[in-house]
Amino acid sequence: MKVLMFGWEFPPHISGGLGTACYGLTKGMSKIDNLEILFVVPKAYGDEEKQTIELIGAGNIPIKVTKLGINAPWVKKLEYIEANATLIPYATPEEYFKLTREKTEGRHQFIHQDEEGYIQFSGKYGKDLFSEIYNYSIVAAKIAEQYDFDIIHAHDWLTYPAGMAAKYVSGKPLVVHVHATDFDRSGGNVNPDVYRIEREGLAAADHAIAVSNLTRNTVINNYGVHPDKVTTVYNAVEPSKVKNNGTRDSNMDEKVVTFLGRITMQKGPEFFLEAAKKVINRMDNVRFVMAGNGDMMQRMVERAASMNIMHKFHFTGFLKGDDVFKMFHHSDLYIMPSVSEPFGISPLEAMQSGVPVIISKQSGVSEILKHAIKIDFWDIDKMANAIYAMLNYPSLSDTIRTKGQKEANNLRWEESAKHVYNIYKQFVN
Amino acid sequence: MKHICLYFQVHQPFRLRNYSFFEIGNDSYYYNDFLNESILQKVAKKCYLPANEVIYDLIKKHGNKFKVTFSITGSALDQFELYAPEVLESFQKLAATGNVEFLAETNGHTLASQVSPELFKSQIKEHSERIKEYFNQEPKVFRNTELIYSDEIGREIYNMGYKGMITEGAKHILGWKSPNYLYYNTLEPRLKLLLKNYKLSDDIAFRFSDHGWEHHPLTADKYANWLSNLDEKEEIVNLFMDYETFGEHQWADTGIFNFLKEFPQAVMNHSDFTFETPSNIIEKHQPVAGISVPYPISWADEERDITAWLGNDMQNEAFNKLYELAPKIAHITDDDILQDWDYLQASDHFYYMSTKWFSDGEVHAYFNPYVDPYEAFINYMNVLSDFTIRVKQNVPDNTDNKQIEALNDLMIKKETEINELKVKIKKLQEQNRKLKEKENLMNSSNSKNNAGNKVLN
Repeated sequence: MKVLMFGWEFPPHISGGLGTACYGLTKGMSKIDNLEILFVVPKAYGDEEKQTIELIGAGNIPIKVTKLGINAPWVKKLEYIEANATLIPYATPEEYFKLTREKTEGRHQFIHQDEEGYIQFSGKYGKDLFSEIYNYSIVAAKIAEQYDFDIIHAHDWLTYPAGMAAKYVSGKPLVVHVHATDFDRSGGNVNPDVYRIEREGLAAADHAIAVSNLTRNTVINNYGVHPDKVTTVYNAVEPSKVKNNGTRDSNMDEKVVTFLGRITMQKGPEFFLEAAKKVINRMDNVRFVMAGNGDMMQRMVERAASMNIMHKFHFTGFLKGDDVFKMFHHSDLYIMPSVSEPFGISPLEAMQSGVPVIISKQSGVSEILKHAIKIDFWDIDKMANAIYAMLNYPSLSDTIRTKGQKEANNLRWEESAKHVYNIYKQFVN
Repeated sequence: MKHICLYFQVHQPFRLRNYSFFEIGNDSYYYNDFLNESILQKVAKKCYLPANEVIYDLIKKHGNKFKVTFSITGSALDQFELYAPEVLESFQKLAATGNVEFLAETNGHTLASQVSPELFKSQIKEHSERIKEYFNQEPKVFRNTELIYSDEIGREIYNMGYKGMITEGAKHILGWKSPNYLYYNTLEPRLKLLLKNYKLSDDIAFRFSDHGWEHHPLTADKYANWLSNLDEKEEIVNLFMDYETFGEHQWADTGIFNFLKEFPQAVMNHSDFTFETPSNIIEKHQPVAGISVPYPISWADEERDITAWLGNDMQNEAFNKLYELAPKIAHITDDDILQDWDYLQASDHFYYMSTKWFSDGEVHAYFNPYVDPYEAFINYMNVLSDFTIRVKQNVPDNTDNKQIEALNDLMIKKETEINELKVKIKKLQEQNRKLKEKENLMNSSNSKNNAGNKVLN
């Protein structure tokens, strides 16, 4: 069975959980016999792939097929395709308008619209996002013509149009994978254009995969998708690169409580801050760290200052790569107070690193975790109570640390991949 | 002479309210009154009252051939008084028939047997006194919390003056032996043991309404036939279960009350068994062998051990922190603190912290106010933190304590010294007085003599 898979980002160039999840899932799937994956992204960066780039020109759209240079056995099964990175951009919004309007007239019309036959992608979230999404779908249609495959799999709304185009051209079944909806990202203040794309993608799909029951319910209730058409497949976590037996890398007598993620409304940073204040009022040997950045950062700094706790509350700014693991290593407790979290892989990474976690009940991952404290994101008192208990009753944090580490290490992408494969089999004979 | 011992456990713990760490040191009321009251009244209505009535009628009908045994914990008695005094009355009515025996146990349904013999003993004494007060009976047979038993516990119990003890007929201690005989403690052979027949007990307590069970539906006649098919020589069948089996674990519409109503008659029709209480069984039967139990057993889970209460680090931390207070508590006379001390020791609190049933929490989820063991532990520890503060305020720390004790001793010594001296002074004064009197007397007689002499002269 061959899968044509559309993603938006791929490690190491990732800006969020989507890339991590795609990477983990495809890696898990590569272990399944008789399953091949063609993975398509809008842009490959060429920093690590250069030596193995292979160009396949076809029709008027130049397409590069990239074999990833990562030295891992599973990569052999993955063909990594990207549109040529040196493409000439379309010039005006009118062009973009023409392009999209033509879409309804037939697949070949796409191609002719661009005089040069090239389409530019940045692969980043930006202001031309919508045009990029549609351009991606044009290339997708072309790829669908050129390659043989049995099923199409599109990750999140950015790639739904690509998936739909590929389905349109090939007539092959389409599975869309919902990692998040705009209800999660916007906190209910939904962007109508994004919503439309999500809704169209879900309607066009033969089946949808949601990363949690929480997300599945959103898909059913807010997008009008029949429950039989949506299956929950939980994410997992890559085996930890850093070995950690739970001993903390700090000579401080103080306990460190960490929030790590985008400082945006979706992640609930203000609840973390308010709970921190309550704990600081009751105990002395504790520090709170808010790692990350985002549009609420300034507000959080101001609030912390006005509460007069800046001597105990620290902002690190954006952390990447190994710094994340270092941060875990310095932490006694990790908190994810997300207001709406379709899944949430980062607590699993914390648990792997031997850090006990407190997570909000409004997260998909709370549906599968047993060895974590679960609270409502708005329940600051309960959050503070749980933080206090974790720092003051040693057997609690010890138990959650050891049992949680085991639990996180048992969540394998191979299992998620098998689950996805079983869904494919319903549509492919 | 064949006997069935029908024994029911009656217990309700004082469940804790949501107690946040902000309240430590500020608020010392720990209980969820609403929850405790509503559970108790629900169970009273569905189980205690109707089941007591059925048993009362059965006693009236069968006379001395039907007897039952209860153990009621101190916290259950407290809750009856608080929330449903009619339940207490109906138990008293049963007690008055003379066909009902009440067993001794620890007053607070505690794990004191795992702490110290002194504490264990004082709690049992307290409970027996209350049973005497309510039901006018002096318990002669003991049942430990959750039927926890070991050779050592048995010996302690015998030394406290009890003649028998009931416990689980656990497979791993019985081996090939049958639970259907009287046994004795190997350290103290005069202590008799009644062992629960867990198969026949659980047929009623757990499997009665199980539609997947091959013997469902269970009728009194069917059950009585099983009894009559037991080995001819087997003498005693011990059916031990939670009283809440009737009407609560097994709802009324499963037919459990009808089963109970017909059970004695069916037994008497189909077999030569009659119903007897533990203290009579001990008198009437001879023990067949000793049972050696070096490590504590209980009636819980497949393992029949005590890991449901003291099986993980959290349970051990809570348990140790609680009982660290025991020496201080011995100095305390404050009623509120002593009552909290009793209620906080209930084994239920530790049970809620068990991580054994993350997958199959069914039986254990019953009336459990917590979502998971972590929440149970956090809440208990917050309460215990506040309680510890109160105890320490009431009884200062060890070093201070010793100083105070030393000063106390000194004062007592001085006082006795003073008293002794006072007595001495008194004596001396007395002597002094007598001496003076004598002198006076002598003087006056002298003067008289002198006078006489003068006269004579």
